[in-house]
Amino acid sequence: MKKVSQIQTLVIDGKEVGGRHDETILQVARENDIFIPTLCHLDGLTEYGGCRMCIVEIKGMPRLTPSCTTLIREGMVVTTNSERIMEYRRGILALLFTERNHICSACVSNGHCELQGLALKLGLTHVEFPYIFPKMPVDATHDRFIADHNRCVLCSRCVRVCHEVEGAHTKDIMGRGITARIITDLMQDWGESKTCTGCGKCVHVCPTGALTEKGKSVAEMEKRRQFLPYLKLMRERS
Amino acid sequence: MGKIKFATTWLDGCSGCHMSLLDIDERILDVLSAADIVYGPLVDFKDFPQGVDVTFVEGAVSSDEDEEKIIKIRQNTKTLVSFGDCAITANIPGMRNYYPTKDIFQRAYFENADINHKTPLIGIPHLLPQTRPIHEVVTVDIFLPGCPPPADVIFFAITELLQGRIPDLTGKTRFGK
Repeated sequence: MKKVSQIQTLVIDGKEVGGRHDETILQVARENDIFIPTLCHLDGLTEYGGCRMCIVEIKGMPRLTPSCTTLIREGMVVTTNSERIMEYRRGILALLFTERNHICSACVSNGHCELQGLALKLGLTHVEFPYIFPKMPVDATHDRFIADHNRCVLCSRCVRVCHEVEGAHTKDIMGRGITARIITDLMQDWGESKTCTGCGKCVHVCPTGALTEKGKSVAEMEKRRQFLPYLKLMRERS
Repeated sequence: MGKIKFATTWLDGCSGCHMSLLDIDERILDVLSAADIVYGPLVDFKDFPQGVDVTFVEGAVSSDEDEEKIIKIRQNTKTLVSFGDCAITANIPGMRNYYPTKDIFQRAYFENADINHKTPLIGIPHLLPQTRPIHEVVTVDIFLPGCPPPADVIFFAITELLQGRIPDLTGKTRFGK
């Protein structure tokens, strides 16, 4: 039996909108030009709901909810940009900046970085929490790519694209919370990896300068993500 | 009403933010028509004066001298501006924070020195265990990020401050440049 899509209507920021029952709040908001900031979300990958940038208020629910993993429901009333939400989003960003060493001025992704862009967009001009300055490793063992853990925000885009799109599952996350880290295979050097195909998808979905191509200087690393929606579309058709 | 007292200084920074300040070019004459520069590398006064209206501080707090300076500046400044990424995030000077200071001295004065292997200790400021942003030491009123902040944004911020307004810097400059 063919599954029938139901259309449901809801209110986002005072605007009456509609969407399919299997769409998320984030999807419907974007279809209606309502801006919700995101970091771990990327069109073409499964939702992770880890970064919490896309949190929204839903009327009747005391807690803030990630809009990327919450499906719409008939009659929902959603607020995407109250002062409370903005304060939480800036707090989350600030914590990301303190947990690693994001030194924008000396980064290959300076000017093309989603973390830096979010700070600008959300008006984060400084960080109130004390910086941790952890000593993080840089893995430059691969012929063409570098993994700089100083700049990683643990969004897991690289893990998801490697598993879901490339089918290699070379990348994964080890550890928990603030000590978690992206690893290659069973925590081996990237250059020694037997599973990595060298496709570079992880590099190009990475929102920051954590995964980059070798040979780039400050501000030279621009990511190309056009392949992802294209690959997804072609696979759905076949 | 007299002119506004305006000061600038740098702590642990590269002076790049001051170079960007000079990039406001002839507009510095507009600043001087409304303000007296009472302290900083652009003028020749030895001590930080009292009753300064606006002070721009470049650079992070890295030594006991920086710490003394920023505390004195705070005590004598109405509006303190954290000027550039080093002041706000510790930035490049903060990259030493992953290592103990003794390792840094070892690297600088022994491993990388051909002659005179010793750590200078007399007549110089002493390094703090870590380089910290200014606002972790004193209260900061305004944050002007950038490495360096663009000249136009600096001029905008100064103009607003000289007219007694708090500059709205949202979307104008960011970490990095």
